[in-house]
Amino acid sequence: MKAPAFDYLRPSSLDDAIKLLGAHPDAKLIAGGQSLLASLNLRLSQPSHLIDIGRLAELRGISVNGGVLRIGALTRHAETMASPEIAAHAPLLTQAIHHVAHAAIRSRGTFGGSLANADPAAELPACVLALNATLVARGPSGERRITADDFFTGLFETALAPDEILIAIDIPVATPDGVHGFQELARRSGDYAIVGLAAAGKRSGTHLSELRLGWFSVGTKATLAPKAAAALIGPAASLARASEMLAEDLEPHDDLQASGATRMSLARVLLKRVITAMEVAA
Amino acid sequence: MSTLSPVDLPNSYIGRSVARPGLARLTQGRGEYVSDLALPRMLQVVFLRSPYAHAEIVAIDTSDALKMPGVVRIVTGRELAEHCTPWVGVLTHLKGLKSAPQHALAVDHVQWQGEPVVAILARSRAEAEDASDRVYVEYREIDPVVEMFSAAEPGATPIHADLGDNIAFERRLDAGDVDAAAAASDHVISQRFVFGRHTGVTLEARSIVADWNRAEQRLTVHLGNQAPHMIQNIVAKHLALEEQQVRVLTHDVGGSFGIKVHIYPDEMAVCALARMLGRPVKFFADRLESFVSDIHARDHVLDGRIGVKNDGTITFFEIDDITGIGPFSVYPRTSAVEANQVVNLTGGNYAVPNYRARTRVVFQNKTPTCQYRAVGHPIACSVTEGLVDLAARAIGMDVVEIRRRNLVPDDAYPCSGPSGIRFEALSHQASLEKLLQMMDLPALHADQEEARRRGVHRGIGFASFIEITNPGPAFYGVGGAKISSQDGATVKLDASGAVTVQSSISEQGQGSAAIIAQVTATALGVPLARVRVILGDTDNTPYGGGTWASRGAGIGGEAAFQAGRALRDNILKLAGTILQADPTSLDIRAGSVVDEVDGRERLPLSELARIAYFRPDTLPADFQSELMATRHFVPREYGFAFTNGIQASYLEVDTETGFIRLLKHWVVEDCGQPINPQLVDEQVRGGVVQGLGAALFEQCRYDDQGQMINANMADYLVPMAGEMPDIEVGHIITPTKESAIGAKGAGEAGTAGAAACVANAVNDALAPFGVVITEIPLTPEVVLNALRHV
Amino acid sequence: MIDISLTVNGERVSACVLPRTHLVDFLREELCLTGAHLGCEHGVCGACTVRLDGEIVRGCLVLAVQADGSVVETVEGLSDSGEIADLQQAFIDRNALQCGFCTPGMLIASQDLLKAGGVPSREEIREHLSGNYCRCTGYHAIVDAVEATAKAREAAR
Repeated sequence: MKAPAFDYLRPSSLDDAIKLLGAHPDAKLIAGGQSLLASLNLRLSQPSHLIDIGRLAELRGISVNGGVLRIGALTRHAETMASPEIAAHAPLLTQAIHHVAHAAIRSRGTFGGSLANADPAAELPACVLALNATLVARGPSGERRITADDFFTGLFETALAPDEILIAIDIPVATPDGVHGFQELARRSGDYAIVGLAAAGKRSGTHLSELRLGWFSVGTKATLAPKAAAALIGPAASLARASEMLAEDLEPHDDLQASGATRMSLARVLLKRVITAMEVAA
Repeated sequence: MSTLSPVDLPNSYIGRSVARPGLARLTQGRGEYVSDLALPRMLQVVFLRSPYAHAEIVAIDTSDALKMPGVVRIVTGRELAEHCTPWVGVLTHLKGLKSAPQHALAVDHVQWQGEPVVAILARSRAEAEDASDRVYVEYREIDPVVEMFSAAEPGATPIHADLGDNIAFERRLDAGDVDAAAAASDHVISQRFVFGRHTGVTLEARSIVADWNRAEQRLTVHLGNQAPHMIQNIVAKHLALEEQQVRVLTHDVGGSFGIKVHIYPDEMAVCALARMLGRPVKFFADRLESFVSDIHARDHVLDGRIGVKNDGTITFFEIDDITGIGPFSVYPRTSAVEANQVVNLTGGNYAVPNYRARTRVVFQNKTPTCQYRAVGHPIACSVTEGLVDLAARAIGMDVVEIRRRNLVPDDAYPCSGPSGIRFEALSHQASLEKLLQMMDLPALHADQEEARRRGVHRGIGFASFIEITNPGPAFYGVGGAKISSQDGATVKLDASGAVTVQSSISEQGQGSAAIIAQVTATALGVPLARVRVILGDTDNTPYGGGTWASRGAGIGGEAAFQAGRALRDNILKLAGTILQADPTSLDIRAGSVVDEVDGRERLPLSELARIAYFRPDTLPADFQSELMATRHFVPREYGFAFTNGIQASYLEVDTETGFIRLLKHWVVEDCGQPINPQLVDEQVRGGVVQGLGAALFEQCRYDDQGQMINANMADYLVPMAGEMPDIEVGHIITPTKESAIGAKGAGEAGTAGAAACVANAVNDALAPFGVVITEIPLTPEVVLNALRHV
Repeated sequence: MIDISLTVNGERVSACVLPRTHLVDFLREELCLTGAHLGCEHGVCGACTVRLDGEIVRGCLVLAVQADGSVVETVEGLSDSGEIADLQQAFIDRNALQCGFCTPGMLIASQDLLKAGGVPSREEIREHLSGNYCRCTGYHAIVDAVEATAKAREAAR
C-alpha cells in the first residue's frame, strides 16, 4: 500500500498552477490531500504529477462583501468550524462541518477540495447546493462562475474544465428569516453517511419559502430535491406529499451499507426530522 | 512454611492492581514491534495474491517485473515448494476431519481471493509493489464454491477433488432424550441464528522478519506471535531444519486476539525466502491484504430449538450448525475447533440434560477461518441465550426469572454439562444476583417504560455464559499437534539481589509480564520492582505453549509461582547456612530474609547473593547454593478450567432508521482468583467491545464470486470510541483448586456474551412490534427489514 | 527526489525524499522515529497521528514533501518535552493501553482535546477520539485516563 511514483510540483502562484495543470494532462491537484492521499496509497489513482496548491495565499480567506460570504477554496474544515463569519452568515455549514470526518482530517481537508472531489457521500457538496452557492473557478482564460446546481455533474465529476482550479465559493448571506437544517445517518461518528440532508430556506410565520434540499449519499452525486421542496413551500405545505415526491427527485443507489429502497425510506425519515426541527406547519 | 494462602501473604501482589511493567516505554513511542524492525541488508517482500476465489494458474511471467528498479528476486510457488514442504491442518482427535495439502505459495491452483501466489523481493516495499504490478499471472477461472449450504450438498463440486466432498468435519451429539423432552414440553420454539464472518483487525498487521545466518546455519524469526515454540517447531519441520536451528522472538505485538497464533503461508514463505537468499527478509502486511489473508472466524448458521414447560423449566436444547471455513483447515490448530466448541458449549450453563447437536464444517473458496478470541463462545452463547429469551416469551415469564430457575445451581458442583464438559466450580446464580445489584433493574425498567411512552424504544438484554480457559493437552496435544499445553518458568536471583523470570507465555498487551512478575514477587517475597520478566524468545525461555485460550495467568502464572516458591526454598536453605539458623525459622519479606516469627530482618537478599556468588569460600565445602529454579505446570484434574459470568446491555433502537445506540453494558465474571483485578477488568472491557463490534458492525462481506467486497477499514466497520458504551465490571471469585494461585482465564469472557445480550436487548426493545432478530451484525438494514419498514 | 527541510521534535532536519513518501514512512524509515505507527495507510485508524504545525494530522495522509518548512511533533518529541507526561502517567495508572500500538496516536489526539482546556464530557472525549482505533481496551479506560487528566489539569490551574 505505497503510492505509485509521481512527480511533485509546487507552483508559487495561481497562474503558475493553471499553467502546470495545462502542461500536464495526467497531473492531479493536491490541496489538503485527505481523499487523494488515501486513493494514492491504495493505488486507485496514478497521476503523473501532483501539483500542490496547498500554499497559495490567493485561495485562502473568509470574507463578507455585499451580501455574499466568500470562502476561499483552501479553507480547512477546522477553519470552517471555527469561523465566526461562517457561523453568522452560513450557519448550515457550521452545523454540517462537525459531521465531516475527524479532527485529524478536518485540520487538513479543504472546502474547495471537498467540492472539487465531488464525492457523492460528502457533506459539503450537498450544503453548497442547499445554500445556492456559486463556485468560482479560474482557468487560462480567467474566472468563471458556476452555480452549485451546475457544478456537480456525476460520480466524482464536476463542471470544472481539466485546466480550471476552484478558487472560492460565494454564498448569499443568511437573512434574518433564514432557516436551515442538517442531519445525517452515519454508522459511526465521522463515517460517510448512509443518507444525509442539508436544507436551507426562509421562514415566514410557519411557512417556508425558497427551500432547497441538498441530499448526499443518495445516488451518484449530491442532489437537490426540487419537487419535494416545492411541496413544502407556502401555506399548502405537506410533508406527506413532499415525502412522496422524493421518489421523483432522488435515485438512491444500492451499496454495502444499504439498498436503494432502504435509502429512500431513510431519506423520508430525515426529511421529516429536518423539517419538523424547523418548526413549520407541514 | 506459611499456612496463609498466597493472597493473604503479607507481601502478596496477588489480587492487587499494580501497573504493568514496560508501559512507559509504549506510551513514549519506544515500543519495539516487529514492524519497527530494520536489519542490515534486509529486503522487503510483497506477495502478489490471487484476484480470483478459484482458478488454475496457467502461466507466470516475471520478466518485466525483474527489470524494475530495486527488485532483487521473484519467487513463484513452484520454486518455493522446493524449500518449504506443504502441510495439512488436521487433528486426529477430531475424528474424520480432513483437509488438503497447503503450500506457502500457491502451486497450480488458487483457492481463495488473497491466497499468496508470487513473492517479490525488493529493497523497499514501494519498489516491490511497483514490480508486483508487472508480474503477469495467467489464470483459468473455475467456478468458486462460495455459499456454505450449497457447498455441503451431496453432489456439490468438491474444492479438493481428492477429498470427495466439501464436508471437512461433521460431529453429532445426542445426550439425554430430546424427543421425550420435546413431547413433555408445553412449548417448543425453533429459531434460526445467523452469525457474520469476522476478522481480527489487529492494529498492527501481521509482521515478520526472518534472518538466515549461513555461517551459523540458523534462522532467527522475529514474528509478532502468541506461540513462539509452536512456530519454532513448525518452521523447522517444513524447512527441514532441527528445532535448535530456529529461534523465534515475538517482541512487542500490536494486538493478536488469536489472529497471530496460526501458521500463515506468507509467513512460512518469508522464512523459506530468508534461507534461500541468505539475508533478512521482512513482510509487514498492508491493511488490504490483512483483510483477505488474516484468518477469519464465525460465519455460522444454526437452527436452534428449545423446549419449555409453563412453570419455566427448560426441557432441552437442540442445534444444527453449519460453518464455512474456506478452502483449507488452518494449520496446525485446524478450522474445526470453533464448530466443535459450539457443540461443546451450547446450553452448558443450564441444568438441562437433554441436548442434541450437529455441526458441519464446510470447505468453500473464501479466506480460511480459524480460532479467534472466544472461539465458538459467542455463537453458543447467542443461540443458548436467544433461545432462553424466546422460551421466556412463550410462557410469559420474566427473562431473569427463567434464568434463575434453570441456571446450574451454585451448590451443584462438581458436575458435567450435557455435552460432557466437566465443571469444577462455577457461580451462575451468584453472578446473576450480583449483576442485578449493579444494574438496578427496577430503575431501568422504569426508564424503559417512560421512554416507550415517548415513542423511544429501549431494551434490556441478558446473557449468561461459560468460558473455556486453562486448556490442557485435550485441545491440541492429544490430536497430534506439537503445541505445548504446559508452561514453564525459570526464576533467578542475580548477584545484586534482583530477580529475573523467564516464562514461556507471551505478551500481546494482556499483561502477561505483569502477572508473571506479580506471582513471582509474591512467591519469593520480594518487591515487585525487583522482578524483571523475559518473554517471547525461544532461546531464552522455558518450553511452553504461549498465550492463547485464556491460559497465560492460570498455567504460566502457576509455573512462575511454583518456580518462585522453589527458589525461595533454595534461598532459605542458603540463608540458614549463612545464618546458622533453621531455614524453617526464616522467611523472605520485602526483599530480605527475615525471622519467620517476628519479621526481624536477618539478611538482605543482596547480601545473600553477594556471598553466594562472590564468597562461596565462606560457605561449608559441601554446600552448593542454587539461585535459579525452574518449574513447569499443566492442570491435571480437569481438561479445562471453566469460568462463568453474565452480561447485560441497555440500548435504544431507532425504529425509523434501524440505528442502535448502546447506552450501558454490565459484566459480572468469575475467573477464579484475579491476580491483577485491573487487568482482568480491562480484558473484560476490551473483550466486550470486540463482541459489540460483531454484534453491530463487523462482517466480512462476499459476493457470489467469492470476492470480499469490504476489505478495507472504511467499509469493514470496527467499533470506535464514539459508539461504545461505558462498561461496568463486577466479580465473583471461585478459585480453581487445580493450582496454588487459583487463577482461571479472563481473556475471552467479554467477547463470549456481548453480542448475545445486545441481540436480546434489541429484541426486548422491539417487543412491542412483535419482532425477533437473531442475526448479527445488527445493521440498520437488518433491523429495518425485520420491522418491515422497507 | 526532492529536498525538504523541516523541524522534527525541535530538531532541524534536511532530507531528500521521493515525492510519494508519506510523512509516517519518512519519520519511521528516514528518521527512525518509530513511535508513529502504520495501521491502515488509508486514513481510518489514527495510529499514525502526529502534530503538524500545531494541529493533529493523519501522517499517512500527508506527503513528506508537503511538510517542507513545517514543524512536526511526534510522540517521542512530546515525551521528551514533558508536555504529555501527566497524560502518559494517567494512561499507565488506568491501564488505558494494552498492546500499545494505538497509544502514540491516541495520546496525541487526546492532548489535542485537552489543550483546549476545561473538562470535556465523556461523550466529548469519545467524539474527539472517534477517529482513533483501539482493538484492545474497549475505550472505557482511555476515556477514564483522559477525563482524569483533564480534571487534574483543571484543578491545578
